[in-house]
Amino acid sequence: MNRNLLKYVLAATLITSVASFYALKSDKGLKADPDNAGLKLPEGFGALKVAETGAKARHLVVTPQGDIYVKLAKPKDGKGILQLHENSDGKAQLTGGFGNYGGTGIYLKDGYLYASSNQEVFRYKLNDQNVVLNPDQPEKIVTGLKMGRQHETKSLVLDNDGNLYVNIGAYSNSCQVQDRGYQSPGIPGCPILDSAGGIWQFKANKLSQSYGDGIRYATGLRNVVGLDWNQQNNQLFVMQHGRDNLNSSWPALYDVKESAELPAECLYALKKGDNAGWPYLYYDQIQHKKIVAPEYGGDKKKEADAKYLDPAVAYPGHMAPNGLLFYTGKMFPEKYKNGAFIAFHGSWNRAPEPQKGYFVVFQPFKDGKPSGDWEIFADHFSGTPEKAAAGRADHRPCGLAQGADGSLYITDDSKGTIYRIIYTKK
Amino acid sequence: MKRILTILVLLTMGGLQLSAQTKSKAKPAAKVTKVPAAVMANGNKIYGQYCLSCHMADGGGVQNMNPPLNGTSYVLGDKTRLIKVILNGFSQNVDIDGESYTNVMAPHNFLKDQEIADVLSYIRNSFGNKASGISATEVKAVRAKNKK
Repeated sequence: MNRNLLKYVLAATLITSVASFYALKSDKGLKADPDNAGLKLPEGFGALKVAETGAKARHLVVTPQGDIYVKLAKPKDGKGILQLHENSDGKAQLTGGFGNYGGTGIYLKDGYLYASSNQEVFRYKLNDQNVVLNPDQPEKIVTGLKMGRQHETKSLVLDNDGNLYVNIGAYSNSCQVQDRGYQSPGIPGCPILDSAGGIWQFKANKLSQSYGDGIRYATGLRNVVGLDWNQQNNQLFVMQHGRDNLNSSWPALYDVKESAELPAECLYALKKGDNAGWPYLYYDQIQHKKIVAPEYGGDKKKEADAKYLDPAVAYPGHMAPNGLLFYTGKMFPEKYKNGAFIAFHGSWNRAPEPQKGYFVVFQPFKDGKPSGDWEIFADHFSGTPEKAAAGRADHRPCGLAQGADGSLYITDDSKGTIYRIIYTKK
Repeated sequence: MKRILTILVLLTMGGLQLSAQTKSKAKPAAKVTKVPAAVMANGNKIYGQYCLSCHMADGGGVQNMNPPLNGTSYVLGDKTRLIKVILNGFSQNVDIDGESYTNVMAPHNFLKDQEIADVLSYIRNSFGNKASGISATEVKAVRAKNKK
């Protein structure tokens, strides 16, 4: 009798604990906001506002334990990295912050959180719950990187072989004698490329590296903000911000319409030693050609040397791709698997033509290569089409991250909103 | 956040009003005379050609990149400093109303004295701005000293 009672009690306890375990694990509480956080999404998707940080939220990472680390362009209350924790309903609250430096890059890999200022890369050891152990004592991995007044951010990503890739943007528009100047020619043999205008490779675990320790992995890239490692074919992909000012520097060659459309914002699949050709060329997505830059003798038609790398995909001009993420999650429908999401921050150098961007694009991929036309995935960050056209968007998408459940997270560096997109169709 | 922004805006406006008041007290002679329509029209034309692509049609600039032209001391304040921005360009690390702007402005010294005068008069009296016009003579004087 006693033994039977014990059995019942044990069984009941087991059932209760299993049930509560599932209750914790399931997404019972997770639901989209009634207005999908103001976003326009494909059918079957929903969105919620995870948090309003009120900070310049650039790139972010989300841990399987529901912690979110957000890199800020400018520290807020002395914190350059915000830490938030999610409730079961998907809403998150601020739980801490650390790192007194502004920047853009942040990445989670092999028990470390990597983050960059505009000149250095740090890493923070994580415990087995992916919580930063010593927020005030990061290891300095890279130091002394060039930083200009433009393209100063250092986006980063890691491969699976212990290497770190850092963008060092060119502190110039087109390497002119007089930057962005009226009819100012290009500097022969653009000296900027020695220490910027490319992607540098460093060791992920070696302290205090600088130019002498790193490798210029790829050059001729004006500025990259969005980049990601493609796990399918083990390759680095980057989104370049194309050059500006074709009309204001070269009004005799380019009218305002041409200057608004050209050049393309390009996705490049990189291999070690590649040269994408900045500042000597730009990619014309209408002619589908690499065209010699006007600063280097171009006339809008003359084709550049074929030795330079072709883009994998060319997108309309000036839309400012700030986030790139290969989707490997299980939540979204099959077509999204291994494809790329691209956050287009939105243009300015299209004026007086209407501005473009302020949305997140989906680029289909097959076997590690772009395959098929891109489409706008998440739109209306701007609030209204008029605000987008005027360049006065309410929110500007910047960083992308994938949650453990396959949700897509998006930062906004204008108002600091963190969005989460989920697939809701059963 | 919205509340903080509102407070900030109110504070900034208050600050501007205060500084405007102290300025007008300090210099009662500098009364704002209306800029002629022809100057405004020519200024608008030059603005569209050389300034709009960065500072935008509404003069509001671009977040983090190109500073706004409305309500800033750079535009409404010292004329010499403003003329020098056009002649020499601008690439200093300065905060304007607490925000920093990283884009480089190239020198626009290829513009004629009259063109600079007209576009600056236009900017100082557009986008909600109200300040005295700038004459070609003033531009000429600054340009002469600027050469050294």
